[in-house]
Amino acid sequence: MTISRRAILGTAAAATVATGVLPRARAQALPTLKIGVLNDQSGPYQDTGGLTSVICAKQAVEEFGPAAKGFNVEIITADHQNKPDLAVSIARQWFDRDGVDMLLDVPTSSVALALQSVVREKNKVYLNSGAASAALTGAQCSPNFIHWTYDTYMLAKSTGGAMVKAGGDSWYFLTADYAFGKQLTSDTTALVNANGGKVLGSAEYPFPGTTDFSSFLVQAQASGAKVLGLSNAGADTVNSIKQANEFGVNKSMKLAALLMFITDVHALGLDVAHGLNLTESFYWDLNDRTRAFTKRVLPKTPKNWPNMTHAGCYSATLHYLKTAADMGAAEAKKDGVATINRMKKMPVDDDCFGKTTIREDGRNLVPAYLFEVKKPEESKGPWDYYKLVTTTPGDQAYRPLAEGHCSFIKT
Amino acid sequence: MFMIFGIPGPLLFGQLLLGLINGAFYAMLSLGLAVIFGMLNIINFAHGALFMMGAFVSWMLLEYLGIGYFPALILSPLIVGAFGLLLEKTVVSRLYKLDHIYGLLLTFGLALVVEGLFRNAYGSSGMPYRIPEAFQGATNLGFMYMPNYRGWVVLAAVVVCFATWAVIEKTSLGATLRAATENAPLVQAFGVNVPRLISVTYACGVALAAFAGVLAAPIYSVNPNMGSNFINTVFAVVVIGGMGSIMGSIITGFGLGIIEGLTKVFYPQASATVVFVVMVIVLLARPRGLFGKAA
Repeated sequence: MTISRRAILGTAAAATVATGVLPRARAQALPTLKIGVLNDQSGPYQDTGGLTSVICAKQAVEEFGPAAKGFNVEIITADHQNKPDLAVSIARQWFDRDGVDMLLDVPTSSVALALQSVVREKNKVYLNSGAASAALTGAQCSPNFIHWTYDTYMLAKSTGGAMVKAGGDSWYFLTADYAFGKQLTSDTTALVNANGGKVLGSAEYPFPGTTDFSSFLVQAQASGAKVLGLSNAGADTVNSIKQANEFGVNKSMKLAALLMFITDVHALGLDVAHGLNLTESFYWDLNDRTRAFTKRVLPKTPKNWPNMTHAGCYSATLHYLKTAADMGAAEAKKDGVATINRMKKMPVDDDCFGKTTIREDGRNLVPAYLFEVKKPEESKGPWDYYKLVTTTPGDQAYRPLAEGHCSFIKT
Repeated sequence: MFMIFGIPGPLLFGQLLLGLINGAFYAMLSLGLAVIFGMLNIINFAHGALFMMGAFVSWMLLEYLGIGYFPALILSPLIVGAFGLLLEKTVVSRLYKLDHIYGLLLTFGLALVVEGLFRNAYGSSGMPYRIPEAFQGATNLGFMYMPNYRGWVVLAAVVVCFATWAVIEKTSLGATLRAATENAPLVQAFGVNVPRLISVTYACGVALAAFAGVLAAPIYSVNPNMGSNFINTVFAVVVIGGMGSIMGSIITGFGLGIIEGLTKVFYPQASATVVFVVMVIVLLARPRGLFGKAA
């Protein structure tokens, strides 16, 4: 039998192509989990969430190393501009066209609430770190949803509770006029009333777009209340505290910044912010594990240190990936509710929040830390801003399961 | 305590005063817009971004060079004014002969670019800027606690507004400028360098925005969105006052500040909308604005 030169060359070429192609074909066969980080990347909540949330999610993927566990992970991101309608159309496009499996972060309660039904309809996974409204695990709960980092009830209980205990029994609220502000005011009002205090009034200002709070501050001062509850967030909180200082409101009333992040304290500066009480579930300098996490992630976001929302994005992504590895990525892609149920059963453990458990209504029971902002002379380094006052354990910090009236919880 | 419309008198006076303070910002910003529109026929949508730049430049002067508030009050408008001059020479001047809409689109685009750059570099939470030592503290006026710094803002705004009005309406420079807008070739025939005059006018309008930005820095957090929060209201002020009318924009600015302040007492939820309701009513009754001249 004679073998032609052409045949030998042909076989050799085919072999080269085949060896070149095979590993790639195998890589393509690995399922890819797609995570969509949807948050405010250009408005008042850009620093509290924004790109640092994306960086923290990527950090979790990098540390987890999904390739070794038999799947790939891809992260995409978009700016929802705090507009519920825009967010819903992005999410639909992500689920229908881009094949996104998990929706992450999503601050701004009005936006977060609007997405519940979309995620449920498409049976995907929705892990929320940035939004505050406790309605997300209450009246508006969903089996496709976990609320990771904090909520309005926990903030009211931790910060509000401490203020009432310290003698602040009459309140006036400055409320951002949308889902989050109203929920925070109503949760804090319930807590103040339950502790024998009373609420003397509330000014609801238009959100977004209000920059001057002086009129409301003067009204609050005239009310004679002892505590001014700030039911707002981000740049609004910064402006209202700054102006409260200017008008001497902080001399006649105690300020309760009901939702404040370390990024806001940084923007205010310690000479204005010192002495404020606030609640976060994560602080970079809390313990060895939080310091280790911060050290790892900081080179990627040197100007904007991680706050609790960012830490939540890291922790949620890590737990999601662990669950996907446990149940199989292909299964995780198929069924959002099954993935969420598996996540609720598995113990959560990471550097940001330590060991926590996820309740059946989707509430992650992370502890609430009440901090006091340091005086300028007490701060020893960059972002050294907080003193720990008290800790509310995770099982006591949140609204009891039965009081949430979540539709799929049988009590 | 006496009551007016069910509101305690002192509270109402307090709100009137606060309205006047906000009005000072509206007046200064709409004045710059009116000057630029009246003289150059450009609807300068970049005004908010330039206001923000004014605040940022004063923050940078303090942060990087240790230059305090009072020098910044002069330096920052000069720096931002020079930036305005650059914009005018390179891009804006190409649009004078075209329809207004082109100028609007260009300046709107410029505003987005400038804000985007600052947002990328400094985030959105803003930078702290302390109230200067000379204006620390507050004065008790009996009916309210008036921060000294805000008093200074009103004073500075009133002086700057009327100085600008006087320069344009009462000096020979202003007369030349007004003549140049009426009939540029004729004024040029008298030996006046009209293009340079127009460039300087644009730079002055921009410097006014930057000056307002420096005044705003200690009150609001110095953040990239601070201009866009203001600009819609300020455009409404210009439209109500009558496009291009200098005195109209000053009076309307202060007036609307007061109306907005009162709305915050009676129905706070509407405080962001009330200016536009007034705008609709004025446009229905007087389509050229309160102080606009008939065509």
